Amino acid sequence: MNTNLLFLLLTGALVGAASGYLGSFMVLKRMSLVGDALSHVALPGMAIALTFGLNPILGAFVALTIATVGIWYLAERSEIYPEALVGVFFTASLAIGILVTPQPELLEALFGNLEKIGFVDGIITIVAAAFIFLLAREISEKLLLGVVSEDLARSSGIKMPLINLIYLLLVGSIVALGVKFVGTLLMGALVIVPAAAAKNVAKNIVSYQLFGILFGILSVVFGVLIAKFVGISSGPAVVLVSIGIFVFSYLFKRN
Amino acid sequence: MPKDILLSVSNLKVKFDEHTILDDISFEIQRDSTLAIIGPNGAGKSVLFRAILGLIPYEGKVEWAPNIKIGYVPQKLAVQKDLPLTVSEFLKFKEKDNKKIESVLEAVGFQKGISEHLHNDKRVLSTKLGDLSGGEMQRVMIAYALLGEPHVLLFDEPTAGVDVSGEETIYELISKLQEKADLTIVFISHELEVVYKYATNVFCLNREKVCFGPPKEVIDKESLQKLYGEDIHFYQHHEGNHNEH
Repeated sequence: MNTNLLFLLLTGALVGAASGYLGSFMVLKRMSLVGDALSHVALPGMAIALTFGLNPILGAFVALTIATVGIWYLAERSEIYPEALVGVFFTASLAIGILVTPQPELLEALFGNLEKIGFVDGIITIVAAAFIFLLAREISEKLLLGVVSEDLARSSGIKMPLINLIYLLLVGSIVALGVKFVGTLLMGALVIVPAAAAKNVAKNIVSYQLFGILFGILSVVFGVLIAKFVGISSGPAVVLVSIGIFVFSYLFKRN
Repeated sequence: MPKDILLSVSNLKVKFDEHTILDDISFEIQRDSTLAIIGPNGAGKSVLFRAILGLIPYEGKVEWAPNIKIGYVPQKLAVQKDLPLTVSEFLKFKEKDNKKIESVLEAVGFQKGISEHLHNDKRVLSTKLGDLSGGEMQRVMIAYALLGEPHVLLFDEPTAGVDVSGEETIYELISKLQEKADLTIVFISHELEVVYKYATNVFCLNREKVCFGPPKEVIDKESLQKLYGEDIHFYQHHEGNHNEH
């Protein structure tokens, strides 16, 4: 195994860990579908960045930040998530993104391409993923209290709208970081599926979050290895590994 | 604000869109007293709680005594059945000290050593919130409120979704809490019997203030008619022929 691959695996493992951890809240907040579709928004951002010769991660990050602020705004203003609206908006960004992304880059933007992950990308990803992880830990208890009851959290002085905004921005950031590994079509799945699998086997919050992190890491590491040695796109490989874990966890729950 | 006043509300008005839910509400709560809030469904009782807690926008003035710690027990919480959060983890959001948690759990009736401390052979602390019965959940929520050592406890229908035996336990608990020094209790209720038994004052609410004062003085036929409408059938409720079908 060469150092290049090891570096790739380390970067990917960190993205997987942070995704699984952030996803654990997403699943409890019943926002799985929003989380899943959110990644589509990255595509037009990447396309615009590519057109101007900028780093696509930056484009994805900007587009996702705008989208997460939008979701947050809608969610804070109404009792239920305006899911239909979110669905329409995300699909629109995907369609526009497909049209404006330069043809040679389209496939790798949609499904991820490991070859395109350079050293600088890797370092940015490692530092940012670690930061996202730590910040999420910082707001974890408040988010969970909000899951039990938003009123209860707010009555004890927690500014839930702010906590929710920070959380969604973290999700947007991790999606931007993961897009190179998994692609815009499937990155959302890396946030949701490991956490959904963890929920099947968890007995308490600590084990739920640890399983979410572990499943996220396993999905990326095995997905990248399979993609590398079988010669397929990394996105489907990573997501199918996570789906495999989900199926096992489901069978475990049934027994 | 006088020292013995815990909360002073004046000219409170709450509107959702164009609907006025609460109008011109003014009252004061004495420190270390027990206030019951009664009124028909849709009278705005929970909205009043949410307004004085600052959870929703309102017009008018809500003034708490300085440095007041509030414990809030929301109405029947619907937690997801498979939420992987245990009672212990939930209570630790507020208090990390295990001893304090144990003693509060005992105070709300999960006694050590006897079967009640257990839930399906598991200690209640390691039980998931979603696996608790309605009464157990309510007591855990009360425990959570008590952990902050509050000066006031706000109960939104403490016995909603709780079976009859659990209901008694919760009211016994409330009466036990009344003995605590400097603890004011405010609860929303449907049951007049309970109001007579436990409340120092009662607040009859139906969008506006209908009556306020000691239950024996202010609850009469007139105020109840004003509160629940002309045609009240309190005692006929459980009568009549149920075997018609």
